Amino acid sequence: MADLAVIQDPHVSPVLVEGNPSLHKLTADVAQIVEGMNRKTPIQWYMALAMTGGLTLVLFGMLGYLVMTGIGVWGNNQPVGWAWDITNFVFWIGIGHAGTLISAILFLFRQKWRTSINRFAEAMTLFAVACALIYPLFHTGRPWRAAYWLLPLPNTHLGVWPNFRSPLVWDVFAVSTYATVSALFWYVGLIPDLATMRDRAKGLAQKIYGALSLGWRGSARHWRNYEMAYLILAGVSTPLVLSVHSVVSFDFATSVLPGWHTTIFPPYFVAGAIFSGFAMVVTLMVIARWAFQIEHLVTIKHLENMNKIMLATGTIVGYAYATEFFIAWYSGNPYERFVFINRAFGPYAWAYWTMISCNVISPQFFWFKKLRTSVPFMFVLSIFVNIGMWFERFVIIATSLHRDFLPSSWGYFTPTIIDILTFLGTFGLFLTLFLFFVRFLPMIAVSEVKGMVANQAMHHAVHGTAHGPDTHSPTPGMQPVTGGSHR
Amino acid sequence: MSVHTNSPELKDKAVYGVIAEFDRPEDLVAAGHRIHHHHGYKKLDALTPFPIHGIDDAIGVPRSILGYIVFAGGLFGLLNAIFMVWYTNGYDYPLVIGGKPLFAWEFSIPPMFELTVLFSAFAAVFGMFALNGLPRFYHPVFLVKGSERATDDRFLLVVEASDPKFDINGTPRLLDELGALRTEVVAK
Repeated sequence: MADLAVIQDPHVSPVLVEGNPSLHKLTADVAQIVEGMNRKTPIQWYMALAMTGGLTLVLFGMLGYLVMTGIGVWGNNQPVGWAWDITNFVFWIGIGHAGTLISAILFLFRQKWRTSINRFAEAMTLFAVACALIYPLFHTGRPWRAAYWLLPLPNTHLGVWPNFRSPLVWDVFAVSTYATVSALFWYVGLIPDLATMRDRAKGLAQKIYGALSLGWRGSARHWRNYEMAYLILAGVSTPLVLSVHSVVSFDFATSVLPGWHTTIFPPYFVAGAIFSGFAMVVTLMVIARWAFQIEHLVTIKHLENMNKIMLATGTIVGYAYATEFFIAWYSGNPYERFVFINRAFGPYAWAYWTMISCNVISPQFFWFKKLRTSVPFMFVLSIFVNIGMWFERFVIIATSLHRDFLPSSWGYFTPTIIDILTFLGTFGLFLTLFLFFVRFLPMIAVSEVKGMVANQAMHHAVHGTAHGPDTHSPTPGMQPVTGGSHR
Repeated sequence: MSVHTNSPELKDKAVYGVIAEFDRPEDLVAAGHRIHHHHGYKKLDALTPFPIHGIDDAIGVPRSILGYIVFAGGLFGLLNAIFMVWYTNGYDYPLVIGGKPLFAWEFSIPPMFELTVLFSAFAAVFGMFALNGLPRFYHPVFLVKGSERATDDRFLLVVEASDPKFDINGTPRLLDELGALRTEVVAK
């Protein structure tokens, strides 16, 4: 793959690693976070864990209560048969999409800035998908039997197979494949860094990291296959991530319900998913880079780039909202028109305009460089986007359902306290998993960052600074590579 | 020159090879290039904290064949999906739902696509492990003091004793001449 290597021009390259650290310093900066900030876990970590762990227990309590009592403890009922459960499912799945976008699509596009944030974002994907999977699983009411309903497993107590003409079954395949492939991708990326942790650790930690790193020793013959595996995983994950939210949108789009039955859904959902996912990465990254003093590795440039993606995808989402309205009018279908007028001016108008303010208006501030490079500003704005994207799913689901074709079947959905506590609980689970991740695993793909830094240094050494990007290495058999990427 | 053997009584047959340490990737590539292309050594390897491009050509590492394995895996997933949808819905328990055909490729596309991706990913990861012989928890180079820095900031060149040109005294000397910071004979 070396022929695909692009030589980086030092003049135009953004500052991706500040302070020109040595390779050893880079290793230490990342590894010491895991080793407990010079061997001692900060008290704040325990305090955060107590809070998120408490919320996780709330989640388990609520799910236990649901299983013991029945799914009637949730507020969804006719006419709103799908409510917070699917809203939260789509919300969490969408969050995950930024991780795969960063790890796979930006890798294929040779975006070097992904290196410092890909591990972190991929972890976010896994934990978000775990939270998402809770909802369809528990909406079955009997999750221990869900495997028979969701997967084509031979069984005697139903006697039938899943119906492959249903998008809900497609969804099972899309989401479970997504979860599995994301986990594989994440683990493969971790192996060299786990080996680094093993080589720095002593005692039990060394044995654990040693087992997890599978005896990786950084052999050139291994890197060859490893890079190929990484490239292929990026290649298959790219269409995968686009397919997942497309299939999620089929759950709605293949129905014949006004407000759902529209061909714009797949691209619109994918853009929204990436939008919300980047917002979540920014929210968490702003905290993590401050808490673990990795501002020199996750620089303002990384954050700015993510904000630019939020601006782009947020604008696409706004465009999709406008298109939906136009098509509702242009279709001439009175039911379709009614749903959209009702969406914006009916009983859920408050939710609709929350969504518009958070998703369409707020990212427009990122046109200004001063605002998109301001850490406090982007933190607040990313939270607005998270809220807005949750409301988007809620608006699509609740407003399309709550006024059925006959006015006698109209209703208004209100969540129960169980709904609310379950949703808060998923945040507890998500953040708890995150806290364990940052405490026990290297949160920055340090081998990739070192590769990027070393190749930049090599480029400087070979070419000096006066040459342009089109010069080639004179050393026989040696090609400088852009870092960041195992290729 | 600093040839340093673990024990003076090391016999040739008990030797795994020699490792030479470099602190810059470009030195490793240059030394690897010389020893492979000019001195004719073939049983070479490099231990590095990140992939160094150009090292494959320099020390003669062939291209990965993983792509073929993944193709087979993806094809297996695709055929599996077609068979699964046809067998369950079209053959074993046919149910007419919504007047749709019992089997058609159109509605099979999502499972076909997803299982192709899933099995390609399995093939990529487990194929990579198999080609690399991982997991492998013991390897002679792990015993070398300083080899742990190959996952940190050092670049090691390995010349295996099974190379016909290998010489317990000459090879370390050659590596020193090629600019190694340090060489060490590795016991098996």
